[in-house]
Amino acid sequence: MNVLGKILALGALSVIAACTSNDPSALGGGGPGGSGAIVPGSPSDPRSPAYFQQTVGDRVLFSVDQSTLTPQAQTTLQGQADWLMSNPDFVATIEGHADEQGTREYNLALGARRANAAREFLISRGVAGNRLKTVSYGKERPIEICSTEECYSKNRRAVTVLTGSTLG
Amino acid sequence: MMKLLTSLFVGLTLLSAPVHAQSGPLRLEIDEGIIEPMPFAVPNFVPDGPAAAQYAQDISRVVAADLTGTGLFREISADAFISRVSSFDAPVQFADWKAINAQALVTGAVNVSGKRLTVRFRVWDVFSGQELGEGLQLAGTTDGWRRMAHKVSDQVYSRITGEGGYFDSRVAFVSESGPKNQRLKRLAIMDYDGANVQYLTDSAAIVLAPRFSPTGDRLLYTSYESGSPRIYVLDVGRVKKQELKTQDGTMSFSPRFSPDGRSIVYSLIQGGNTDLWKMDLASGQSVRLTNTPAIETAPSYSPDGSQIVFESDRSGTPQLYVMPSGGGEPTRISFGQGRYGTPVWSPRGDLIAFTKQNKGRFHIGVMRTNGDEERLLTSSFLDEGPTWSPNGRVIMFTRETQGASGRSSLYSVDISGRNLRPVRTPDGGSDPSWGPLQN
Repeated sequence: MNVLGKILALGALSVIAACTSNDPSALGGGGPGGSGAIVPGSPSDPRSPAYFQQTVGDRVLFSVDQSTLTPQAQTTLQGQADWLMSNPDFVATIEGHADEQGTREYNLALGARRANAAREFLISRGVAGNRLKTVSYGKERPIEICSTEECYSKNRRAVTVLTGSTLG
Repeated sequence: MMKLLTSLFVGLTLLSAPVHAQSGPLRLEIDEGIIEPMPFAVPNFVPDGPAAAQYAQDISRVVAADLTGTGLFREISADAFISRVSSFDAPVQFADWKAINAQALVTGAVNVSGKRLTVRFRVWDVFSGQELGEGLQLAGTTDGWRRMAHKVSDQVYSRITGEGGYFDSRVAFVSESGPKNQRLKRLAIMDYDGANVQYLTDSAAIVLAPRFSPTGDRLLYTSYESGSPRIYVLDVGRVKKQELKTQDGTMSFSPRFSPDGRSIVYSLIQGGNTDLWKMDLASGQSVRLTNTPAIETAPSYSPDGSQIVFESDRSGTPQLYVMPSGGGEPTRISFGQGRYGTPVWSPRGDLIAFTKQNKGRFHIGVMRTNGDEERLLTSSFLDEGPTWSPNGRVIMFTRETQGASGRSSLYSVDISGRNLRPVRTPDGGSDPSWGPLQN
């Protein structure tokens, strides 16, 4: 809608990325800034959930049995915080997940720790707590289904899912 | 289904015993580690008319399957029989059964009159030539024939072993279908042997870990139908559920009934931290039992209700702890290598079953309630979630296979570690909860 707003948001994102990350590309591949027209709602629209998901990065990964945020995870979450601050209409649910190694119960609790670690980081970077819900899926919703570390590493995740706009 | 179960048994009557009522020397001491199963014979029960013929055959087969399934007994094939049993009241030709080494013999008769089914049976100690216990008559309805067969099996089992049976019982579980990343889960209930599966929920929301009430009338389970994990209680007979409310913004899971059925202990997640709470079901009021930054989950009461065993990672890895059921200082009981979870107190009170994860393998194991004498009963890529048979002799659990095509199914194993068997379900299965013996 407001083209200026989008551009400002985009600018802020780039600046912060440069400040906080050793690896600016960690914020996402490619990114906007091309000369083509921005299609509202498409991944090229920096205010779209698709942009958040693909360019900012909607997920952070964890080590085995850990819920501490890696430097890379913190970079991604910083990007999420910036985006959420620039797009105050959105609320989010952070889903915590575990790999299949471990009991159902323990993994449910572990997923909750991971979701909460992401939530606390976003709050510490200024996002209002009442915009951020958490849910744990434990090992119930793997995205990768092989039984090797290659898959497990992608399943140990916290995913920030934009659940709609507070303004409807 | 429920109508069937509540109206099934209109009578259970002692038959007048023609011979000695006291048990003879036939006795299987199953605590001493049976290696060689006891040979037994179940000649087809005698039908008293054409209407009873199929029931008589089916009931005999279920009795034989129940006994064989324990791993403690071995059935002698009818091909080997010398005697035919054509009359329930005719004298048993012991010499003919001795000759084929049948140590135990079960004879029976079946009467069908309209919808009414009557089963009479006797258990014989072949080598002493005596009846073991007294003959019994069970009366019910024809659609409850399987339960009547299981009742016969429970009697046979307990007369020979001196322990309670477990055949006339049900198992609640999660029926699973679809690949790992799109798995559909439904709450289901079935007979202990996989027969008579009934679905209690649809697969619209993830459901986890049903837990029977002590009398089997209710199930606790966890569902995502609200969008996040919450505990529900389901009236099994009416298939009617109710959410057990906890504070806003929390998640709740891993519930289990207290032995009196009036309260539950469960895990509550607040701010990413999981602690144990207890809820009085009448008032809906909850009190906190643990308060640490560690994960506390998978609580299970001792049968007398005085203690709770649970899993906590307060030491850095998940281990088992026992605390007073009102809360208080826990005592760690697991000290072996690896990670321990999902402890479940045996209905006899003597053992705790658990899941153990060590060196990339999962095991179901048992230990004394103070942690002594740990024994691992199984080993696979992923075994978890033990549940006890009503007599504390058998453990059912979930086994999931490895890889992209991995599938969950139910297995059972004797606490001796022998007799590992799959429990057949129509689709995949997980999270079994073995209910009590039915009335």
